[in-house]
Amino acid sequence: MELSYLALQIFNGLVSGAYYALLSLGLAIIFGMMRIVNFAHGAMYMLGAFGAYLAAKYVGLPFWWALVLAPLAVGALGMLFERSLIRRLMRLDPLYNLLLTFGLALVIEDFMKLFFGTQGTPYAIPASLTGMVNLGITGYPVYRLVVIAISTLVCLIVWIAIEKTPLGAKIRAATENPSLTQAFGIDVSLLTTLVFGFGVALAALAGVLNAPTTNVTPSMGSDIIITTFAVVVIGGMGSIKGSILTGFIVGIVAALGAVLYPPIANTLIFLLMALILLVRPSGLFGATESGAR
Amino acid sequence: MIARVAGAPGRSALWLSLIAIAAGLLLPHVVFIGLATDIVIWALFAAAFDLLLGYAGLLSFGHAMFFGGASYVAGLLILRSHWSFIPAVLTAVASAALLAAVVGLVSIRRQGIYFAMITLAFGQMMYFLANQLGDLTGGQDGLQNVPRPALLGSIRLDDDRVLYYLTLALAVIAIACMLRVVNSPFGRVLGAIRENEQRATSLGYRTNVYKFVAFVISAAVSGLAGALFVIAHRFTSLDTLDWHTSGEVVIMTVLGDMGTIFGPLFGAPFYLIINDKLSTLTTSPGLVLGIIFIIVVSVFRRGIVGEVLRMLQRLKTEPAQRPLAQH
Repeated sequence: MELSYLALQIFNGLVSGAYYALLSLGLAIIFGMMRIVNFAHGAMYMLGAFGAYLAAKYVGLPFWWALVLAPLAVGALGMLFERSLIRRLMRLDPLYNLLLTFGLALVIEDFMKLFFGTQGTPYAIPASLTGMVNLGITGYPVYRLVVIAISTLVCLIVWIAIEKTPLGAKIRAATENPSLTQAFGIDVSLLTTLVFGFGVALAALAGVLNAPTTNVTPSMGSDIIITTFAVVVIGGMGSIKGSILTGFIVGIVAALGAVLYPPIANTLIFLLMALILLVRPSGLFGATESGAR
Repeated sequence: MIARVAGAPGRSALWLSLIAIAAGLLLPHVVFIGLATDIVIWALFAAAFDLLLGYAGLLSFGHAMFFGGASYVAGLLILRSHWSFIPAVLTAVASAALLAAVVGLVSIRRQGIYFAMITLAFGQMMYFLANQLGDLTGGQDGLQNVPRPALLGSIRLDDDRVLYYLTLALAVIAIACMLRVVNSPFGRVLGAIRENEQRATSLGYRTNVYKFVAFVISAAVSGLAGALFVIAHRFTSLDTLDWHTSGEVVIMTVLGDMGTIFGPLFGAPFYLIINDKLSTLTTSPGLVLGIIFIIVVSVFRRGIVGEVLRMLQRLKTEPAQRPLAQH
């Protein structure tokens, strides 16, 4: 196997990893605060991509603006769902919210299908980011490098924000002990809504980033969400850092596996998940069973 | 999952069984035979699912792999190898159980949302595999024109009514067996695990073994439903392996009242009929399923049977005698 080909595949893996990392980071933040798994996360990713596409089509919104505005809009929608539906089930078993968000995911996807069909529409790569760049061993599309860079940067900022800033400290406190945090005068209810909105905004950001490299279709969310769940199981939902690293690691391993044995491409991540469950049931970075069953 | 009626107690269980069997016998006179057969098959699938969700407290989001997987096994044996009914169905059931044993081996140690995500992922893997092995499974086309197999010797199942009553008989037997299981000491331990696994462990029960066995039984019965599905419809497709199918069986169970085995028997027809009616209004099945999901989970968590039982109880109890702590 040629070295340049291998390098190319590693970069491809990093690009998939960039999406997985943003998605599983969002899931991990929401899970940490609310102990629920957001099944509608994939739908939010899809809405992010559609937001960018529609804004470009109707008001000519440039890519860089879409990168900020689409996640904001989707985050606001997420907060609406949190306040109106998810919140009502928070005191029950988290499985109920899994079922609720599953329903939401179906409704959002099929609602979009009513308007946009199943075929999908292309979204142009911004003109300034077209072309290839020579990396020495291999050439690589500029845009895909930008995807890797933006995702890495955002993941780093979020990680630092949660670990090192006062706001992050409040979030961590509310994660550890919501009622005590509330007693200190911090509005945990508001914080929960904001965290949920932020988590889905990360999903939408991944969607916007993905839009120029693929067709924007209503089913793009459900295609990626199950794989992301496998990534989450592989990493374990214990830590923010773990969810980011696992996203990139799984992306690379899956890309390399597909090179070694192409037919396995679709199923490799699931096989990897089975392997991890056998060797390390709580995941690569998973906390103990008591933290997150 | 959480708070539920503590199983249908003795007398109402007897009544509910009689109602269910009577409804099953009358069904072909009320709706057309194809829908009647579907109702029995899905009710069986949902009851099998309830054994796992309602009794062991495990939410599998990948049960389509057992239903769909068995439908492919039975379909292939009948279509390609011309097997007759009994061996084809038995092999399909055995293969669903075997698949569950493999999946259970890696996933049974995790609970709650993790178990849901893991089973969902494995279910999706089976979907991809079936799609990829197009030479065997027909890929996107599925298995078409599967002939009705012979039941015994030269007796064939071409008559839809004969097949319906055979399906009903098998469903009644399978559900009776599952009721026997959940009302046995084994079922009591499952209940204890659902309520408090740590306590069950500290009492000396190997909880993973119990959950594993429940998972395999549930998968085997789901496999029976899947095998009957391909025989009744004369085809099977990737839809049977799709995660929407896993979602449908979840909602039928919750809609009926989980943890009763009987509830899903009523939840399944209820869902199928609403779905049938609403499908005439819109072309997108996901919209219907999703809206039913949101409504049921938000406001109707006890399910139909749960609500009816509670109403009956309330009628029997005089207002003054009503216990104070009602949930």
